[in-house]
Amino acid sequence: MMPALRRRDELVCRQVVELVNDYLEDALSRRDRRRFERHLRGCPNCSAYLEQMRVTVAATGRLSPEDLTPDAEEEFTRLFRAWTVGDGGGGSGSTG
Amino acid sequence: MDADESDESLLVRLRSGDESAFLALVTRYHASMVRVARGFVPNEAVAEEVVQDTWVGVVRGVDRFEGRSSFKTWLFRILVNRARTAGVREHRHDTFDPTEPAVRPDRFDASGAWAEPIAPWESDADDRLVAATWGPSLRTALYGLPQRQRDVVVLRDVEGLSSEDVCAVLGISEGNQRVLLHRGRSRLRSVLESELATRGR
Repeated sequence: MMPALRRRDELVCRQVVELVNDYLEDALSRRDRRRFERHLRGCPNCSAYLEQMRVTVAATGRLSPEDLTPDAEEEFTRLFRAWTVGDGGGGSGSTG
Repeated sequence: MDADESDESLLVRLRSGDESAFLALVTRYHASMVRVARGFVPNEAVAEEVVQDTWVGVVRGVDRFEGRSSFKTWLFRILVNRARTAGVREHRHDTFDPTEPAVRPDRFDASGAWAEPIAPWESDADDRLVAATWGPSLRTALYGLPQRQRDVVVLRDVEGLSSEDVCAVLGISEGNQRVLLHRGRSRLRSVLESELATRGR
């Protein structure tokens, strides 16, 4: 390749935003990872975007399921007793 | 009281018929399971039924759990299988455009660079604070995602399963999982972005 064509190697912001999650997942090829990081070093906007994605993932991870209500707990105790007493075997769970 | 006990240890007790071990597992996973099941079936009531049915399967099938995967993966796999059977979802296809961009095209100029600067979020903000502030919008946005994207984001980012486990639970390829995760997260980010812009005014 002629040196003049090297620019083709550089990622633009529009491409970077499509690679952000593969980057976070460590799923980029070594070459793409290098291009990605090279772009970030020179681009505060894409660096901010990456950080926003990190915050998004962290915030999603903080969504907590609602706790079990006391009513539900009572219900499950009752069910458990029924299932274990009336268990003729034969459920259809899978092995794991 | 059982909050710190491992799944494996609870399973040992469950195998010997220990009721409190069962309740501890239910407490730990029930709400997550309802949330996952909800993605496959038409309403909350059916989701609850599927989850209950899954617990029956767990109690009856606990001896068949061989520990080749984590308990959580095994549990979610049973759940998803049952939810699929109960749901009408298999016959419905998400409109899923693989070329849909992560960011609206008009945010970039002709050269493909950002047209307007991207404001950094307060990255040092405490995660819990972030969740408390954005939790409600994030939850709404999550439920608004196309279903396959939501399944992946819920299992991966909310439930914390590894990508391998997500693939195993949903029966999808690694590549597919990554694309769905990328689309889903990108949408959630853009929801938070517009949320911030609204509040900043």
